[in-house]
Amino acid sequence: MIEVKNLIKRYGDNLAVDNISFTVEDGQIYGFLGPNGAGKSTTMNIMTGYLAATEGEVFINGHNITDEPEAAKKCIGYLPEMPPLYTDMTVIEYLKFAAALKKIPAKERSNAVTEAMEITKVANVSDRLIANLSKGYKQRVGLAQAVLGMPEIIILDEPTVGLDPKQIIEIRDLIKSLGEKHTVILSSHILSEIQEICDKILIIHQGRLIANGTPAELEETLGNSSMELTIKTDNPDDAVAMVSAIQGVTKVKVADSSVQGEVTLSLKLERGVDLREEIFNACVKNGYVLLMMKATHFSLEHIFLELTKERRRVRRRVKKKVQPEASEAAPQEAEATPETTETEKEGE
Amino acid sequence: MLAIYKRELRSYFCSMTGYIFIAAVMIFTGIYFMVNNLVSGYPYFAYTLVNSLLIYIIVVPILTMRSLAEERHSKTDQLLLTSPASVTSIVLGKYLAMMTVFAIPLAVFCICPLIISTAGSAYLFGDYMSIFCVLAIGALFVSIGMFISSTTENQIISAVVTLVALLLLYMWDSLILLLPTSAIGNLVASFVLLAVLVLCVWLFSKNRIVTLAVAAVGIIGLVAAYCLEPTLFEGLVANLLAAFSVNTVLYNFCHYYVFDLGGIFMLLSVAAMFVFLTVQTIQKRRWS
Repeated sequence: MIEVKNLIKRYGDNLAVDNISFTVEDGQIYGFLGPNGAGKSTTMNIMTGYLAATEGEVFINGHNITDEPEAAKKCIGYLPEMPPLYTDMTVIEYLKFAAALKKIPAKERSNAVTEAMEITKVANVSDRLIANLSKGYKQRVGLAQAVLGMPEIIILDEPTVGLDPKQIIEIRDLIKSLGEKHTVILSSHILSEIQEICDKILIIHQGRLIANGTPAELEETLGNSSMELTIKTDNPDDAVAMVSAIQGVTKVKVADSSVQGEVTLSLKLERGVDLREEIFNACVKNGYVLLMMKATHFSLEHIFLELTKERRRVRRRVKKKVQPEASEAAPQEAEATPETTETEKEGE
Repeated sequence: MLAIYKRELRSYFCSMTGYIFIAAVMIFTGIYFMVNNLVSGYPYFAYTLVNSLLIYIIVVPILTMRSLAEERHSKTDQLLLTSPASVTSIVLGKYLAMMTVFAIPLAVFCICPLIISTAGSAYLFGDYMSIFCVLAIGALFVSIGMFISSTTENQIISAVVTLVALLLLYMWDSLILLLPTSAIGNLVASFVLLAVLVLCVWLFSKNRIVTLAVAAVGIIGLVAAYCLEPTLFEGLVANLLAAFSVNTVLYNFCHYYVFDLGGIFMLLSVAAMFVFLTVQTIQKRRWS
């Protein structure tokens, strides 16, 4: 089990990770999803002890990564964004070195190496120099290094980048099979990948954890927040007023009034509410005929785009509001709120 | 530590680096050995070692430039630092591997006094102690090179900076002669040294209170000492820095055949300090 508590990482003035907290349960596959530069890799680097957090704590199976690094790191296999390969070694030499480095007992080393090579399908290149391997094979050797000795927790940073479609499918299947016995955390900016493999999704954007749950949960709580209605009326404004009065409706817009005597409205609803019944009843009560009612079902991709877009909009708005005041009175105060600092982190 | 030691050693001999280092040292020392000992018939091998110190200044940077800079450049440090091995054991593994490569030509040189002895009287004990002294100097040079390599991810920068640092160390005695001898001049020089010390404390601790405390104690101490006994300061900095002269230790061993225990202690403790600083540099980077 991994517990991450109030993690903050600052690079100078840049806030790369902004107060992230979550818990990773055993035996599930977790996906870190976020656009490039969201802070996924930084979070993973902190969890594996490569970087130290500015604030906050990470516990790996109860071991604090800062206070008991050796005990904590023993539980983790990590494949960073760029596979950490020594190109002057052959695959088998490299894996034997990694096995010794991970303090796998000498007797079990060659078995562990063979096992790792088999499941990642690199046994056929075991005697070749890593420098001469293709990118796909290099990625798989990196993966073999991560699963070496079958650690309880396997952390993979963008494991399918640079692979061809067939290899991507193979790696996905491999991750799924690893997920049966191990806790796997992987990151990606490709949504379909995460959706297909992961049991739980954590969406990270601009250093913040903005959503956390199973794909179904995310779709349910964030998804049905929009509806379309077609009402028989000659007066669109009245219909808008009637629908707006229903509790739970946040925004009403006339989507289409081209057909005489009909109006199509698009509604934005509060997250997670189902208003179909209320809308029907309101129409009946006010004497309108409801011609069509459709709950727009959002895919996870839509949610992802919506979530990451929304925050950007909020930030911009806050910034606009603050700027004129800031020039007059309190520039420091304006800078202090995280939303107003428009510092985009480089890399991840 | 053992795993890293083995890998490093292997990598020195899979690439050209290890061979080039050994070949350069052996050719250069071999020429001096031939000229001094074989042709001129001078029976002290130690004399040859003094002459050939310059080659270490040129080839040690080649040996050390890769050590940590390359790990960072190719991101393989992510493997090392996320493994259960501690930073100290990683650094020590690398350091010992470099020292092993450094020791190989010296081991070969152990034959040289025996060759001399076949042609007449040889001073075996003194010569072997001199070889040991070169090993201790190597411990210092390699630690400096490794420390510099840990501060950059560019091998070339690492090599050039190490070369400059070692050259300064080579010219140490001549440079010390340029320092002022008057009391007031030494007071100023002491302040400069204090400033360097305070800067180091600040860079490594980033703690205002500690840094200010060191600065305050230093300034008060220096001013008080100068007011009480200005003659203390005459030639002070030069004497202080002369204690770190590598050449003095080498000459004690190789010219005078004196076992300079203090000198060996100085070389090894400064080497240990640079190894420690290397560990600190790597630790610090995780926090920045």
